Amino acid sequence: MNTLFTGVRPYDEDGADILVEDGVITEIGSRLSKSGAEVVDGDGLIALPGFVDLHTHLREPGREDAETVETGSRAAALGGFTAVHAMANTEPVADTAGVVEQVWRLGKVSGLVDVIPVGAITIGLAGLHLAELGAMADSAAHVRVFSDDGNCLSDAVLMRRALEYVKAFDGVVAQHAQEPRLTEGAQMNEGERSAVLGLRGWPAVAEEAIIARDVLLAQHVGSRLHVCHVSTAGAVEIIRWAKSRGADVTAEVTPHHLLLTDDLAETYDPIFKVNPPLRTTADVAALRAGLADGTIDVVATDHAPHTEEAKDCEWDVASPGMLGLQSALSVVLQALLELEEAGGPRLTWREIAERMSTRPARIGRLADQGRHLAIGSPANITLVDPSVRLEVDRTALASRSRNTPYAGRTLPGRIVATVLHGVPTVLDGKVRA
Amino acid sequence: MKHLLSADQLDRDDALLILDAAESLARISDRPVKKLPTLRGRTVVNLFFEDSTRTRISFEAAAKRLSADVINFSAKGSSVSKGESLKDTAMTLEAMGADAVVVRHGSSGAPHRLATSGWISGHVVNAGDGTHEHPTQALLDAFTMRRRLCRSEGDLAGKRVVIVGDVLHSRVARSNVSLLHTLGAQVTLVAPPTLLPVGVECWPGETSYHLDEVLPDADVVMMLRVQAERMNASYFPTTREYTRRYGLDAARVAMMPPHAIVMHPGPMIRGVEISPEVADSARSTIVEQVANGVSVRMAVLYLLLGGAEAGASEALATRRAVTEEVARR
Repeated sequence: MNTLFTGVRPYDEDGADILVEDGVITEIGSRLSKSGAEVVDGDGLIALPGFVDLHTHLREPGREDAETVETGSRAAALGGFTAVHAMANTEPVADTAGVVEQVWRLGKVSGLVDVIPVGAITIGLAGLHLAELGAMADSAAHVRVFSDDGNCLSDAVLMRRALEYVKAFDGVVAQHAQEPRLTEGAQMNEGERSAVLGLRGWPAVAEEAIIARDVLLAQHVGSRLHVCHVSTAGAVEIIRWAKSRGADVTAEVTPHHLLLTDDLAETYDPIFKVNPPLRTTADVAALRAGLADGTIDVVATDHAPHTEEAKDCEWDVASPGMLGLQSALSVVLQALLELEEAGGPRLTWREIAERMSTRPARIGRLADQGRHLAIGSPANITLVDPSVRLEVDRTALASRSRNTPYAGRTLPGRIVATVLHGVPTVLDGKVRA
Repeated sequence: MKHLLSADQLDRDDALLILDAAESLARISDRPVKKLPTLRGRTVVNLFFEDSTRTRISFEAAAKRLSADVINFSAKGSSVSKGESLKDTAMTLEAMGADAVVVRHGSSGAPHRLATSGWISGHVVNAGDGTHEHPTQALLDAFTMRRRLCRSEGDLAGKRVVIVGDVLHSRVARSNVSLLHTLGAQVTLVAPPTLLPVGVECWPGETSYHLDEVLPDADVVMMLRVQAERMNASYFPTTREYTRRYGLDAARVAMMPPHAIVMHPGPMIRGVEISPEVADSARSTIVEQVANGVSVRMAVLYLLLGGAEAGASEALATRRAVTEEVARR
């Protein structure tokens, strides 16, 4: 299948046509033509490498009432993603080669996005015994990212062993940094607001203490560490310090932690309940600055679908988590806009592409994702209309769940088309059947 | 005012309106026939997800003295224990025609959810939610202070109130801090550092770790219950040490000014935060607080269900209406 995208602006730089043949970018230039190729008019659209999410919950197997690989893939494609890492906290847990291959195959069947399974570090996410990490790495799913996400791997010895063990297959441990004893029953960021609202606090130190320990461990054993959903200013500082010492550490921030703050808990509406929790304005500012200066390497959605009943209840019994795939770019653009308005730097589209595509692909060791738009690169492409602002409509989401915290907000940017290995998965903002 | 969800939502005028109405309605309780017809035909549901006999019967007495029909819905033994959601329970009450729902719930914010989620259309009164707020308790405490210290008039400007104990887990403390600040009182919270929330420095008033230092200036000393389970979670080493450092006994009462009163929202644990002789002394308002609770809750139900939506002029009219209605009967 051949497709010609006309009039696009790669990285919002010079306008060009992009010719895609058999899944590969074969020509970039002006006034290209190719007989038999489908022509997509991309006039005025920005072309970026397809986004790669390091942190997605697709809920299948086990909670197909909240999301399936199919519905999550649709949301991902509509969000401009061409690859998502499916977290391991499914039922059963993705802690064996069998389960990761099942998820990987479901992704292939859907065919809308590359579904890259994340393997659990410990059996059943219980934090007691290492899962068969090598078997998952060697499986058809080719797992390279390992995480007990949802739970923190708090045992220091087990964390050390995991960091060491995955070196054999160039894996990376992605830590959900949450000291468990300091966060028992925790409901929201601990601070001024939790004190007033009477919701049990989730202190920043519970995240920062684990990150501090882990960066030291990773450097001690010479391993790669990836820190999931960094949410505090102190964590940004620790990661900046670790990088300055030469630790091989990478970090992600979610779109919601870049935009939303803990005052939203005043509504007691669990649509704003998430783990780690929404933090303060100062934390948001530090996260934006960290993303801009490269301390935080990537944006990852932590897309966490939940059923209606899991959110339509009291705050403290509600499940934590927010949808993130479909709105990711718009939320990031809004956050960057606010960063710039506050006197911060302006990120170029190239820099945005690095944070949403190139670097996450590199961390996940995905050879054919996150490649620059260049002749010979695999044709994983996202076309963005940066000029529109749209109101988020919770009823118009592809996810099986509806738990978006952005409903009613007007956000910039729209994904017009997504191309996966040369095949458009989204055109005109709609999933291609 | 449609709902009473927190003391925080009340401005000075709102609070004084409730206190003045309660003062008028209190006279009903002194009569042989303790009843007004104001809420005849209206249904008040006491929706209690936590055991709290004293608060429930206080609201029940208040509603009945205003001639409302009262339905008591206790979560224990109801379908809630079988896993029914708050939403479904609320919609059931709505279908039964509840005009007001008085809710006690272990989750902070549950009354907010009831009031704002669209599940019910009636009035919601917070009767204590998690570790968040207990606004009618704060109102009855303010009412009691005003009676004892201000001849039942005006606000509490300049009064020094010391609140002692488990502030971290106390909805009573949160509501009191807020309302007392609104009414002009100066609040000092006294607790071991472990039982003060992170962020307390942003609350109005002061904090202290030393009870003895603040007692000589106090007009009111309010003791909070300290549950033994806090000891097990290492908030303090032993109840004995807690009592030595923060318990109110006769020796400490002797340090207080002669006019100062001792309060406790109940249920109290005699011998832990308060000694029996102090609890039963003439300075103690503990029993009075219970009686005042009924008057204050009558005022809240009256104003929410029977009275006007409070604006300034309507507030005056309401105040007059309460007085007249009480005088008439």
